[in-house]
Amino acid sequence: MQKNKLIKFSTEVIILAVLFSLVQYLITTGLLNQYYQINLTSMCINIILAVSLSLINGFTGQLSLGHAGFMAVGAYASVIVTNMWDYPFIAGLLAACAAAGLAGFIIGVPTLRLKGDYLAIATLAFGEIIRVTLQNIDYVNGPAGILGIAKLTTWPWLFGATVLTILVAVNLINSSYGRAIISIREDEIASELMGINTTKYKVLAFVIGAMFAGLAGAMYAHYFYIIKPETFNFLKSFDILVMVVLGGLGSTTGAIIAAISITALTAALQSFPAIRMILYALILIIVMIYRPQGLMGNKELSLKTFGRIWSGRK
Amino acid sequence: MLELTQQIVNGLSLGAIYALIALGYTMVYGIIKLINFAHGDIMMVGAFVGYFSLTMLGTNILIAMLTAMAACAILGVLIEKIAYRPLRNSTRIAALITAIGVSLFLEYITIFILGPSQKVFPDSAFPIKAYDIAGLSILNKDLFVFVSAVVLMLILQYIIKWTKTGKAMRAVSLDQEAAVLMGISVDKTISITFAIGSALAAAAGVMVGVYYNTVNPLMGIIPGLKAFVAAVLGGIGIIPGAMVGGFVMGLLETMVSGYGNSLYRDAVAFGVLILILLIKPSGIFGKDTGEKV
Repeated sequence: MQKNKLIKFSTEVIILAVLFSLVQYLITTGLLNQYYQINLTSMCINIILAVSLSLINGFTGQLSLGHAGFMAVGAYASVIVTNMWDYPFIAGLLAACAAAGLAGFIIGVPTLRLKGDYLAIATLAFGEIIRVTLQNIDYVNGPAGILGIAKLTTWPWLFGATVLTILVAVNLINSSYGRAIISIREDEIASELMGINTTKYKVLAFVIGAMFAGLAGAMYAHYFYIIKPETFNFLKSFDILVMVVLGGLGSTTGAIIAAISITALTAALQSFPAIRMILYALILIIVMIYRPQGLMGNKELSLKTFGRIWSGRK
Repeated sequence: MLELTQQIVNGLSLGAIYALIALGYTMVYGIIKLINFAHGDIMMVGAFVGYFSLTMLGTNILIAMLTAMAACAILGVLIEKIAYRPLRNSTRIAALITAIGVSLFLEYITIFILGPSQKVFPDSAFPIKAYDIAGLSILNKDLFVFVSAVVLMLILQYIIKWTKTGKAMRAVSLDQEAAVLMGISVDKTISITFAIGSALAAAAGVMVGVYYNTVNPLMGIIPGLKAFVAAVLGGIGIIPGAMVGGFVMGLLETMVSGYGNSLYRDAVAFGVLILILLIKPSGIFGKDTGEKV
């Protein structure tokens, strides 16, 4: 058993290291041009967002529609720290996580008492309040936003952040905390009867999700030069929701696959934004009607699956 | 004092619009427990039908409103049949996500067909006049919006209280299974509810066109959300609650932009929503019901 784990761990590390060096090599040699680099960045940011939202919506079963709000908090916090106060990038990232996590805590504690559609609406409202508030703060230039942010998001940072997010999400789900969180999704009343402090776990998942949304916001801000409150409106939250729903409510790998494919789809349909949104809408409706569990359901894609396919067993 | 009365007069017509939209939310929620996210966008479609009826067919404003109501009643029934009916037995979350999908679909299909730019409601359809009554200046458009909204609400009250259809709607929202046993066609009743709710939204859409003078494909989002807040404020599922909630929201919003910072206008609506949800989620007229296991 111990040996198997070691093999699995080293295979994963090797795959990640190869992936990292390959892309790094392509970037340094200039084989990966600007266009692909931008899409790669969006892809990583979307993976972070989708995985963190899937923790809240998919695993805890609490429909949150305010994820873009946390992304905004992270983006602004990191830019204030790096751009205005001249601290290094890492301090900005930490500030982003801390600020978004705090916002998640402040919003999560009162609203997570609500259920289902009420919670969805309350989180949507909070997301919009964050946006409107940012529009009214002169320190961050109000609706005009902040321009000329240093481009600090590089491939190593992006890769590190994405891997960290996935690692934390997967390990959390596989721990006793994760089992408690999933039991809340399956049946909140029953899990409460089993002695699980449902509020604590719901808030925990919500805060961790918010922290990583903040991290994604910081990555976004330090790549695209400019942030303004309008970028983080609830349509952005819906974008992330589409990824989680498509991937499967309760599947981290599903969220990753969906984030990658949606980003690719967005890039392909760049010149036709209306068509892209119509497609999103149809994806949401059709997936909900014909496959409400999403592409992956609550299954995970792992090395084992590939191993099974490889050896031809079912 | 005079200024306050003036603000109240302004708030009443805006409130009437919110109340009309809120009625549709509340009726649909009352009957199938779904927050119909697409409701605000049905209002937008209604506004566009009204706009084209005015500009291309050259009808007067009342005919335009009736055309919009008829078109949206059909649209509402279709949306329910295609998107919501297959999900009637699945989870509430699935239905809610579908509703978000329908909302995005209506918005962007309109952008795709008509382009994203806003269109100006023709002035000739509704020449603006101001009346001076006891020192208050009342615009005829405010009067038009308020009076037609009140007339529609009275008709709705009549339908719900005194007709067989209304009785069926109340029965289905109270207990669907018992209603079936009493020989009520649930599918038909739900379709009628969507038709009436969407027609009211369409009327509100034409009113928004008259009130703000422009229509655009994304115009339904914010009024839709605010009307939803109004419905929750009054107690979602309760029809008089939606009317009261609508007027309260309208007045509150005019007061905030009149006396405070108009940039915070939208935040106030959401702030109100959060306060209600935290203090009394069942709304002003709602009764607290215990959780059934």
